[in-house]
Amino acid sequence: MPQYTQYQPKAYRPRMSAYWYLDQWRYLRYALREASSFFVAYFCVLTLVQLAALGTSATRYAQFEACMGSPVMIIINAIALAFFLLHAITWFNLVPRVAMRQMLGRPTPDAISSGPNYLLWFGATVILALFFLGVL
Amino acid sequence: MSAGKRSNEPLVWLLFGVGGFFAAFFLPVHVLFYGLLFPSGLVHAPGYQATLALVRHPLARLYLFALLTLCFFHAAHRMRLTMSDVLNLRHLNTVLAFLCYGGAIVGTVFTVWLLMTV
Amino acid sequence: MSDTIILEVARFNPERGGEPSYESFEVPLRPDWMVLDGLNHIKDQLDGSLTFRWSCRMGICGSCGMMINGVPTLTCESLLINYAPGPVRVGPLDHFPVVKDLVVDLDDFLAKLQKVRPWVVRKDDFKPPREFMQSPAQLEAFHQFSLCINCTLCYAACPVSGLDPNFLGPAAIALAHRYNLDSRDQGVEDRLDIVSQHEGIWDCTVVGECSVVCPKNVDPSLAIQQLKLTATKEWFKSFLLPRGKH
Repeated sequence: MPQYTQYQPKAYRPRMSAYWYLDQWRYLRYALREASSFFVAYFCVLTLVQLAALGTSATRYAQFEACMGSPVMIIINAIALAFFLLHAITWFNLVPRVAMRQMLGRPTPDAISSGPNYLLWFGATVILALFFLGVL
Repeated sequence: MSAGKRSNEPLVWLLFGVGGFFAAFFLPVHVLFYGLLFPSGLVHAPGYQATLALVRHPLARLYLFALLTLCFFHAAHRMRLTMSDVLNLRHLNTVLAFLCYGGAIVGTVFTVWLLMTV
Repeated sequence: MSDTIILEVARFNPERGGEPSYESFEVPLRPDWMVLDGLNHIKDQLDGSLTFRWSCRMGICGSCGMMINGVPTLTCESLLINYAPGPVRVGPLDHFPVVKDLVVDLDDFLAKLQKVRPWVVRKDDFKPPREFMQSPAQLEAFHQFSLCINCTLCYAACPVSGLDPNFLGPAAIALAHRYNLDSRDQGVEDRLDIVSQHEGIWDCTVVGECSVVCPKNVDPSLAIQQLKLTATKEWFKSFLLPRGKH
């Protein structure tokens, strides 16, 4: 027996799954990009711990270095590096494009908006690496 | 919605945006060396004295201050949005904002203190 | 290659209620048939009660948008043969209330569209002696954002519009941007009052799928991010140079 709802048709209102980002790769990719923020926070805290160890004593810093050499920390930092690269690439592909469009008021090819950022990225990486290695 | 108030989000969004550039440009090489190459022994670490001397340079302190504080705010903003959208915690938005941005402020205080005392 | 393909089509009858279910139909697989042609074959030959919207068959009316295998798509622009051997799953656009089968309720979207005042707003009573002159550069500034056909694929692709029903959404914000960029328009402040609220641009977390599924390359995501820059500039301006609200 159908329930007559002639004057108040019942629309079906879909509910979103709590795990909507697992449904399709394009949404999972977004969720992973956003998850990079947790690793950014982790690495900032880690750097503060390093600074604290540096400021305390050489023994403390040796303890910090020993801890960093443990396989668990190496794995976590390798994962962090992967997330930072994901963040960097998605960021360079998106943000300069928006900024260029806003400044120029017309579309520019992605190579012109994003390209210089990759060059700057490479330059910054080399310069910082030379400082870290004690060459500069 | 028509007579509503403009959001104050631009303040945190701008910090998120500038921090995003710092994180993209500089964090990969930091974690590559201090998290992987030096600890694993693949590249010889410069040692305590050299690292301390590097960090004590005024320009290095300034750079680390900008890098860490901006990255803290970048992470705080994105973590808040991730938890509200991806982890479906929209109903806790006020609590999340308090925790995330509060955490970034605490991180900033620690950064300043450690960079002044190192 | 088989000369038929299975279409799994979402069925929902408002008089019975409950959850939508999928019903399979076998339709001819012809090289020149779009998914919409398959649906029309079902309606004409197999089950006349199947309900869906369509009009122009050439990607300009914006009424035949549906989820094809989970992706918001214009059914008149997707070759059936691209989904061979099938089955092809066709459902109503995500995040909208379903009226019947593949038809969704657009009232909420249309109300949001009106909020952003998508027309040329003049604050003065200037009456041009002839049509407004616009340079090619002035046209280029907004042209891309004016191509929207209101097909609402972007809403179906946007998880935020599913999570927050109050989110103004990609198409409405892109259209606000289109008029803000128009050299004839003077309504920027009015529109910023709407789009700069939390449920406007600040709800967007740049998933970016709205721009991927857009059949007209409007790039609503770009419009939203540009508006965030404009709104941020205005926020700092009002912070540094406070003015009374008029």
